[in-house]
Amino acid sequence: MNALNIQKGMSSHSAYDLRDPNSEIIESHTLAVMVENEPGVLARVIGLFSGRGYNIDSLTVAEVDHTGHKSRITVVTRGTPAVIEQIKAQLGRIVPVHEVHDLTVEGPVVERELGLFKVHGQGEKRVEALRIAEIFRANVVDSSLESFVFEVVGTQSKLDAFADLMRPLGLSDMARTGVAALARGI
Amino acid sequence: MMSRMMTGARMVVEALRDQGVDTVFGYPGGAVLPIYDEIFQQNDITHVLVRHEQGAVHMAEGYARSTGKPGVVLVTSGPGATNAVTGLTDALLDSIPLVVLSGQVPTFLIGTDGFQEADTVGITRPCTKHNWLVKDPDKLSETIHKGFHVATSGRPGPVLIDIPKDVQFATAEYVGPKQIEPARYQPVRKGDITAITRLVELIEQAERPILYTGGGVINSGPGASQLLRELADSTEFPVTSTLMGLGAYPASGKHWLGMLGMHGLYEANLAMHDCDLMINVGARFDDRITGRVADFSPGSIKAHIDIDPSSINKVIHVDIPIIGDVGHVLEDLLKVWKSRGRRLNKAALGQWWEKIEGWKSRNCLAYRNSDKIIKPQYAVQRLEALTKNHDRYITTEVGQHQMWAAQYLHFDAPNRWMTSGGLGTMGYGLPASIGVQMAHPDALVINVAGDASWLMNMQEMGTAVQFHLPVKQFILNNERLGMVRQWQQLLHGERYSQSWSDSLPDFVKLAEAFGCKGAQVRDPKDLDDAIQQMIDYDGPFILDVLVEKHENCFPMIPSGKPHNEMLLGEAETLGVIESQGAVLV
Repeated sequence: MNALNIQKGMSSHSAYDLRDPNSEIIESHTLAVMVENEPGVLARVIGLFSGRGYNIDSLTVAEVDHTGHKSRITVVTRGTPAVIEQIKAQLGRIVPVHEVHDLTVEGPVVERELGLFKVHGQGEKRVEALRIAEIFRANVVDSSLESFVFEVVGTQSKLDAFADLMRPLGLSDMARTGVAALARGI
Repeated sequence: MMSRMMTGARMVVEALRDQGVDTVFGYPGGAVLPIYDEIFQQNDITHVLVRHEQGAVHMAEGYARSTGKPGVVLVTSGPGATNAVTGLTDALLDSIPLVVLSGQVPTFLIGTDGFQEADTVGITRPCTKHNWLVKDPDKLSETIHKGFHVATSGRPGPVLIDIPKDVQFATAEYVGPKQIEPARYQPVRKGDITAITRLVELIEQAERPILYTGGGVINSGPGASQLLRELADSTEFPVTSTLMGLGAYPASGKHWLGMLGMHGLYEANLAMHDCDLMINVGARFDDRITGRVADFSPGSIKAHIDIDPSSINKVIHVDIPIIGDVGHVLEDLLKVWKSRGRRLNKAALGQWWEKIEGWKSRNCLAYRNSDKIIKPQYAVQRLEALTKNHDRYITTEVGQHQMWAAQYLHFDAPNRWMTSGGLGTMGYGLPASIGVQMAHPDALVINVAGDASWLMNMQEMGTAVQFHLPVKQFILNNERLGMVRQWQQLLHGERYSQSWSDSLPDFVKLAEAFGCKGAQVRDPKDLDDAIQQMIDYDGPFILDVLVEKHENCFPMIPSGKPHNEMLLGEAETLGVIESQGAVLV
């Protein structure tokens, strides 16, 4: 689907048409934006969101095709269906944007985020932190006598839940990558 | 293929020549000296030396709008580039194709706060369609060709190419436009035939249709205007247009309703409000057009033809979006309609026209004339009468005079009307008139201006004189910021805060100081002679028309009101804008 060639919202076969365009319900969508890996392209995408007042809940970007000079930007954004459609159309008309995929409407999707969590504690709290980490299948990637750094991979909500549980146990710092997402299947 | 090694600076000139550029508007400075050195050594491209870089960009806009070709600008780094920002934004909002070349400090100084360094690509990113900083001399010629492609394809717009000084000095191989890979950026041109057929079905049944046309028809080229005329004249559908689309359908055409919108005609706005089928052809449901969105044409099915997918459903939800170039879509539309037997709901259309004639009979552009003082509307009407048979191009500044020009001047052809629609840039008209005159040396080019707007870029009179460009400056002088004053009267309790022009220059002496000619007229009896003198004078001319100072521009849809709540004159203005409307602009 080339964002510049598809005719957004106009095909009667499109899944987009199933949603009420006038709905005021705020939806969260995960967009995958394939871009030409040229200087300033990230600023262009981010500038679009800030300039037009759209939300960014999460954003990740990395080169995915070195020879083809392509990067993939994954944006989690929120808005009414009309705003989401407008965001996709606006992204699609940025010159170095190759494709815009709305993973949320295009089908089942795998979403993962990686988080690093530093937890300070001693005694019972330290043991409890380790126990919870095990439940979350977190890896201990650094350890001192008074702290751990846990690495957790999962959905955004899994990482949120982990952070909530660790907070009373001495969570002192965290770093999260933001969501990376791919469509399931072929 | 013979290898063609040359400096970056020479490549710039070579690339412009290969792109068919004959005119560049610009201003030299430290970071573009190598390019100016190359310009000095050639004769194919005329360089117009402006007085301020904003003027250069508006000139290029006037050139582009009146020819359909991209306008080209050359400025230096730092202030040269930042001065171009207003013009770039103006061109972006009005979809005018421009290629702006800016000098930059050498690559090794970038980021050091060097002399006349600015983050030009950063500053201009949101006000260009695309921009590039070229750090590699091997990429320079290719980038310039790409720039022309991006500026002119799809929805046109301005691009900027920032060229560091060391890249201008460096030697590399020149690549011509035909040698580069085809650009990946290829917006669709043909519309979806299923959607077009659905629209034809509606056209066949429509009882109260309207064609709402915009700047997209003009950007699509003269062919699109021709197809629009064919569509309107063969279906007998009424046509209204935005400010940007005037001339696409002739004002003398049988089905013309006049401009719509905030200061549009009564019949045009009411027809929009009451229609059952609205066909938007290359317009974008701008807030000057829609009035209160919730009450915008509540009973109609809406079709929208636009080359930019992001224009669809941005402001108004439409039922039949057709993404494509106006010319291509109209051609297919006519083909399908004809092949199905040119059917129409003739009986209903007759009744629709009767209703429209009723609205027309309100004569909404009537105003109370005077034999003592020149009414601005009268001045524009006389200008129309005395210039309509000329090969005429009109530019405007922004404000009341702009609306009066749109209401009382008649355009029978596209590309004859240059105005700042989207951004509303005061100071646009004078430089734009110079750009138009450069492209059409023998035409009559008139800038309909207000006193306040005109002063914003008046330094460009020097450019007009230097290049012997006989642009006519028709200044409706009310010693006020008329539109601001009108709004203060209507919704700020007649507190006229800062909306008068104190210490105005003597425009006649100013003309003399610039080395051209000026005249002043204050008596309605002398107006025709003064206009004729302006037309006949062989050179730039400033006509200072002293007009009624407190005239308001009507009709008017007050902010926050729907189309069917228009004001037709002074008597209706009392307490018209409610507090919710006052927050709108």
